[in-house]
Amino acid sequence: MEHYLSLALKAIFVENMALAFFLGMCSFLAISKNVFNAIGMGLAVIVVLALTCPLNNLLYHYLLAEGALSWIPGAAGVHLEFLTFLVLIGTIAAVVQVVEMVIERFSPGLYGSLGVFLPLIAVNCSILGGSLFMVEREYTLTESLVFGTGAGAGFALAIVALAAIRERMRYSNVPEPLRGLGITFITVGLMAIGFMSFSGIQL
Amino acid sequence: MKKLREILDRVAPSFEKGGPLEKFFPLYELLDTGAFTPGHTTRTASHVRDGLDMKRMMISVVVGLLPLLAIAMYNTGYQANLAISHGAQPLNDWHTILYTSLGGRFEVASTLSNWLVGALYYLPILAVTFAVGGMIETVAAVIRREDVNEGFLVTAMLIPLTLPPTIPLWQVGLGTGFGILIGKEVFGGTGMNFLNPALVARAFLFFAYPANLSGTEPWIAADFIDVDSFSGATWLSRAAVEPGVLDQLDWWQAFVGWIPGSMGETSALACLVGGIFICVIGVASWRTIAGVTLGTFAMASFFNWAGSDTNPMFAVPFTWHIVLGGWALGTVYMTTDPVSSSYTDTGRWIYGFLIGVLTVLIRSINPAYPEGIMLAILFMNMFAPLIDYFFLQANIRRRVARDAA
Repeated sequence: MEHYLSLALKAIFVENMALAFFLGMCSFLAISKNVFNAIGMGLAVIVVLALTCPLNNLLYHYLLAEGALSWIPGAAGVHLEFLTFLVLIGTIAAVVQVVEMVIERFSPGLYGSLGVFLPLIAVNCSILGGSLFMVEREYTLTESLVFGTGAGAGFALAIVALAAIRERMRYSNVPEPLRGLGITFITVGLMAIGFMSFSGIQL
Repeated sequence: MKKLREILDRVAPSFEKGGPLEKFFPLYELLDTGAFTPGHTTRTASHVRDGLDMKRMMISVVVGLLPLLAIAMYNTGYQANLAISHGAQPLNDWHTILYTSLGGRFEVASTLSNWLVGALYYLPILAVTFAVGGMIETVAAVIRREDVNEGFLVTAMLIPLTLPPTIPLWQVGLGTGFGILIGKEVFGGTGMNFLNPALVARAFLFFAYPANLSGTEPWIAADFIDVDSFSGATWLSRAAVEPGVLDQLDWWQAFVGWIPGSMGETSALACLVGGIFICVIGVASWRTIAGVTLGTFAMASFFNWAGSDTNPMFAVPFTWHIVLGGWALGTVYMTTDPVSSSYTDTGRWIYGFLIGVLTVLIRSINPAYPEGIMLAILFMNMFAPLIDYFFLQANIRRRVARDAA
């Protein structure tokens, strides 16, 4: 139990997807204009990561990895690892489709304001990054579920905080050339300094 | 003074609208209102009937910093002289050459010597932060066509207090420049930033030049080669590795501040005096300070209770946490920054509490940093707007419900 707790905390704070690895910047910067949408985006990312990490874990271990096909008689020597990216992305795209339909059904307002960035979660690097970390670090099925949820929660925390800062910054007198994305990049950089307080923690 | 007034009046037309030097009006205004009380009054709405404007607010904080400043300067000299009396060598740089060529001596028993050595290290750093900070603030005000405001005074006074005496001056300049420019001016100047500029400067230097801001070397302005009987490390970093080392230290000594550390962080007493002052005049919020204290107490007690065989920091009690390291400096002067902290009263309790919790957490479980308050404050600065957001939404919902009923 303690092991899973430290894995989750590590995924949220120490290895924050957005502010330690700078993955998923496009939606991080685009959907952080107000807190309500950022919460929606954060929740969507949590759900997608929590579903795709374990799913891809299963696919990887029973289909792709070296010797994974040994459950089929005579196929133990088949090695499908070169298909990893394709399969991972395929799963992610499928899950995002489902999440998109669910949001459209239950929260049309949010669906409208997330716009094109909702289907684009499929190519959000933090989602694929989550699955690839899972493969690289050889997580088990439960571990990948915990890691996926934690990484999503970390992303959600970061995007909601950024959105609140940007809402407050609406009253700031930012120099003309820096308005919009420019100042947001600087803000994200400064936030990353704050998140460095956790780098180096061994859990 | 009369002469100055005459000169100012004579050049005034060229700075006013339409004059050739119109662009540089902020410079003129700075000198004018800095030296004389402005004679004009507010002409249009809205009138704020309050004695507290930004100038007065910032100057109050500066006054609140004075006791700390004095102790910081004296202690810097005292620590250097103490180390030298234990066999360390004076640093081999321009400070020592200047001081000895003027006939100065390193004597720990002499109060004057302690003051002079302290000033020798403290004043150049202060001069650099003021020069760099003032320059950036003035240029930014000219570009924005606003008046130069006094926000940079507080930042420029806080930065030296967070630094060790041995830091190279060019690093001080670079850090100050980064903190004021990127931490504040790009957001539109005082009141618009979301992080504390002094801490941005400190964090920038901490991550860019770790050798000068961490470890055992930099905290005392003396050379420790071949000195075994005397340690230059801060007590906080020693407590993190040696169990029971704090038994060698007198609590009151740490409280008053005669221990090594960043120049202004050692004296909890001076911070307490300054803190009471700025809370009473209402510049700082006592809620934030109370929140931090409570959070530190809760987390320290939790670690004491949990215990650990391998990590001696777990056993450090609350009473030591608040006198060691930058706790007092950060809590009194940085968490209470009215711009970067939470704006709502309940939000301030939560904001402060979480800073206290995080500080003890980073100090105890992060081996990379012996001190945690700087990063804890920066981290919570990031979440202060979010805390406010939830309280504002809750207030709006409550009022809507009340009016509907």
